[in-house]
Amino acid sequence: MHAAVIVFPGSNCDRDLAVAFEAAGARVSMVWHKDTTLPEGVDMVGVPGGFSYGDYLRCGAIAANSPICREVAAHAERGGYVMGVCNGFQVLTETGLLPGALLRNAGLKYICKTVGLKVATADSDYTSGYEAGSVIDIPIAHHDGNYFADSETIARLHAEDRVAFKYTENPNGAQADIAGILSENRRVLGMMPHPERAADAGHGGTDGTALFRALAGALVTA
Amino acid sequence: MKARVHVMLKNGVLDPQGEAVRHALGAMGFDGVKGVRQGKVIELDLDEGASQSDVETMCEKLLANTVIESYSVEMI
Repeated sequence: MHAAVIVFPGSNCDRDLAVAFEAAGARVSMVWHKDTTLPEGVDMVGVPGGFSYGDYLRCGAIAANSPICREVAAHAERGGYVMGVCNGFQVLTETGLLPGALLRNAGLKYICKTVGLKVATADSDYTSGYEAGSVIDIPIAHHDGNYFADSETIARLHAEDRVAFKYTENPNGAQADIAGILSENRRVLGMMPHPERAADAGHGGTDGTALFRALAGALVTA
Repeated sequence: MKARVHVMLKNGVLDPQGEAVRHALGAMGFDGVKGVRQGKVIELDLDEGASQSDVETMCEKLLANTVIESYSVEMI
């Protein structure tokens, strides 16, 4: 697997995401936001957490219109894999690659803690390393993680089995307890929790490891 | 010439910041505030001849997220 991790001004989980991809056996290229092309042969793009462009205007809005994001969208439209974590999820909704939006947490507080996540579907190259219905412990760290979409969109996400993860105890007011969703072709994942922060024994938990391993297994370069 | 863009969360989208302001007003003794919605105002300094529809395109593409927000444009 050759993964690219996008680096925006204000990204702060880019290196963590790179380390998690590398630990799963991937080759990783860091790609600056002003670049206009992805490296040759990239099959996976990681959009990391942080505060791209200082969260100005709306979280992820400016990043979604940066030069590299046009390439990321083109990569997804060609059937490439894209994974957005936290601010990366906000960026992917702002680009329109994933439906909905992330609103301010209902309790108005920035929340930083480990939460229980139910794996809502094992039917994706991100979640195939988990049993559907199992509960994993993954940290969250966000102020704007309250997933919102209109009721038809929420119904469609459920009907198409595109909800990847649900909170066991909703921390932020997200509709239908949604913590992460998949695109129609199941190759774009957006999630607020940070699997890359639970991918090493030193992190205090390793429940995120299976996501990166499953992905690397699915994307073994022939 | 200038344009002033008002961006508001759509009706039906929870506005926790507005709610917090409403609670604070109540706690300060301002009775009778039934609801507060908080939005933003963006002023654009434009070349002469810019049209309202140019600004509306900017709103659609960047200034507002129409999944959750509505906008209005005032040319001034």
